[in-house]
Amino acid sequence: MSDIVPTLRKWTSARVGIGRCGGSLPHRELLDFRLSHARARDAVHQAFDPAGLAVELEAAGRPVLLARSQAPDRATYLQRPDLGRQLDPDSLARLSAARADHDLAIILADGLSATAAHRQGPPLLAALLPLLETWSLAPLIIAPFARVALQDPIGHALGARASLILLGERPGLGAPDSLGAYLVHGPVPGNTDAMRNCVSNIRPAGLPPAAAARRIAWLLEQSRRLGFSGVDLKDRSDAPRIGA
Amino acid sequence: MPWTLTLAGRTHAFPDLRSLMAKATPFRSGDSLAGLAAASAEERVAAQYVLADLPLEHFLTDLLIPYEDDEVTRLIVDRHDREAFAPVSGLSVGEFRDWLLRYETGPDELTALAPGLTPEMAAAVSKVMANQDLILVASKCRVVTRFRNTLGLPGRLSVRLQPNHPSDDLKGIAASMLDGLLLGCGDAVIGINPATDRVETTGALLRLMDDLIQRHAIPTQSCVLAHVTTQLRAMEEGAPLDIVFQSVAGSQKANASFGIDLALLREAREAALALRRGTLGDNVMYFETGQGSALSADAHHGIDQQTMEARAYAVAREFDPLLVNTVVGFIGPEYLYDGKQITRAGLEDHFCGKLLGLPMGCDVCYTNHAEADQDDMDTLLTLLGVAGCNYIMGVPGADDIMLGYQSTSFHDAHYLRQVLGKRPAPEFEAWLENAGITDRLGRLRSNPLALAEAPRALGLTPP
Repeated sequence: MSDIVPTLRKWTSARVGIGRCGGSLPHRELLDFRLSHARARDAVHQAFDPAGLAVELEAAGRPVLLARSQAPDRATYLQRPDLGRQLDPDSLARLSAARADHDLAIILADGLSATAAHRQGPPLLAALLPLLETWSLAPLIIAPFARVALQDPIGHALGARASLILLGERPGLGAPDSLGAYLVHGPVPGNTDAMRNCVSNIRPAGLPPAAAARRIAWLLEQSRRLGFSGVDLKDRSDAPRIGA
Repeated sequence: MPWTLTLAGRTHAFPDLRSLMAKATPFRSGDSLAGLAAASAEERVAAQYVLADLPLEHFLTDLLIPYEDDEVTRLIVDRHDREAFAPVSGLSVGEFRDWLLRYETGPDELTALAPGLTPEMAAAVSKVMANQDLILVASKCRVVTRFRNTLGLPGRLSVRLQPNHPSDDLKGIAASMLDGLLLGCGDAVIGINPATDRVETTGALLRLMDDLIQRHAIPTQSCVLAHVTTQLRAMEEGAPLDIVFQSVAGSQKANASFGIDLALLREAREAALALRRGTLGDNVMYFETGQGSALSADAHHGIDQQTMEARAYAVAREFDPLLVNTVVGFIGPEYLYDGKQITRAGLEDHFCGKLLGLPMGCDVCYTNHAEADQDDMDTLLTLLGVAGCNYIMGVPGADDIMLGYQSTSFHDAHYLRQVLGKRPAPEFEAWLENAGITDRLGRLRSNPLALAEAPRALGLTPP
């Protein structure tokens, strides 16, 4: 099996061709795994910098607003997903003041990986916004300690007809910085996950931001045309990639 | 119906069956999140005493979710087999636990009993059982299923080969698939979670696996774990689909949040059966479940997460599945906080599923925001092996690079097979030996000639 190892490893970052002693892992692989897990654990607890992101995004010429969920800190956020799905009253008031005839609200959140929001958020937005020239956009929202469904009260408060949230996915061993995008047509508190479409693994070594932006824009256009989003909206934005 | 119990002068009151069952549940973060957990350790045991005295018959009339409101409840009630229930109909929950543990209660008795049990009975008895009870009784259950091989026979342990890739890259997936096969895994199913739920991707992945399975005459089956509607669309477009997958939960509302109902599952099963691709049997469905999924969809109806999980098994058993597994640690620490809670839940889910007659496997897993590590998985893996779990996951190096969580590896399967003397499904075992991948003892051989052509056929080497 040794000669096939380079062949397998060439095509995937999965832990293929890692050898064996008897049927078990060689010690070097065992330690490599432990190192990756240690790094992922550290990433889960890394701090989010909404102010820094706001400066970065405003520099690109977009107004930015901060919105808070009802989760006050990371420990609570991890154990109380219900709080991460609800807006705190101050934020609700602030967003309601920005209420207007918007096609789309876009939210950037740390989710379970602040690293992902910082690394992939700005390049993804840079690729996505030019594809949305026919859309009237609400101010960009930055939301710490948010769960996916926070896109509903945010979009609703802003009066947007669709809501898109970009948030850090839970860190994998090899990918502590992967971003996920969820869109919903008709954001209103109480929407189920079946009404959302998801584009996941957004990172250079997964689905690169430019490709992710095209897929998201396609889904947004289709949901606007069809008047709904979710499991009945199938992503047929392009043919599957054959080869790497 | 309110219950009270006085322990050393202190009275514990349980206003209804939901609260009694929730408070009798061994502690886990999800029940606490839902506001359903016992307020003290003593209250928990008080609830267990009361639950132990409750007649099993009680569950047939005191429905946790009303019949009119929920099609899962209707399924549970309408499918209940009184004749099968007869041997235990006079027992309380506690007596039922003792009955299960008797020497005289063996595989045949348990198989005959399964249609007579409701999920709530299984959940209730599990709450008064110790971990070793859950292991012992599950180990006495036999659930055998067939498609292109035979799964769940005594002394066998199968593996779902899970070759996921973050961008559904066909060559990346092929590389992981070959790695798993060369390490002797893949008899339960080769099952891919697609990164994006698309008809074209599903079709392409199904063709990739079908080509490999056909070319090398591998006695196994394939599956793409896309949404059931995506798989239906792929079937309509002629994709070679063996097994239909869907995540299911224990209430109509939770299933609706997944975008499914029973009628849709029935339609998908009929479509897969019509393809007639199974050679040994007609078990064409694969379901995944997990404690906390109903709560996460706000569709738990004030019921504890373990009972809701058992109700999901009523949905699964309606469709004669080939495979069912709880993805026990995937949902995260807000539902199962640490290795201890994940372990208990894994044993409960496997026990309840087996008792209800399901071919239970387990995705022994955790996420990076849970207080758990691979040593906790080693422990649960070993316990489930002893409990006779039908199958586990095989992920390269236990690291799923698409879903971002840790499961079990091909190597883990060899560990378990060695320490417990377990073997793969018989048809697959014969193929492994013929192909020179394993020897007669099930040990991996060096440099097997098998699949030597596969890298080229899959486009992994230059022509």
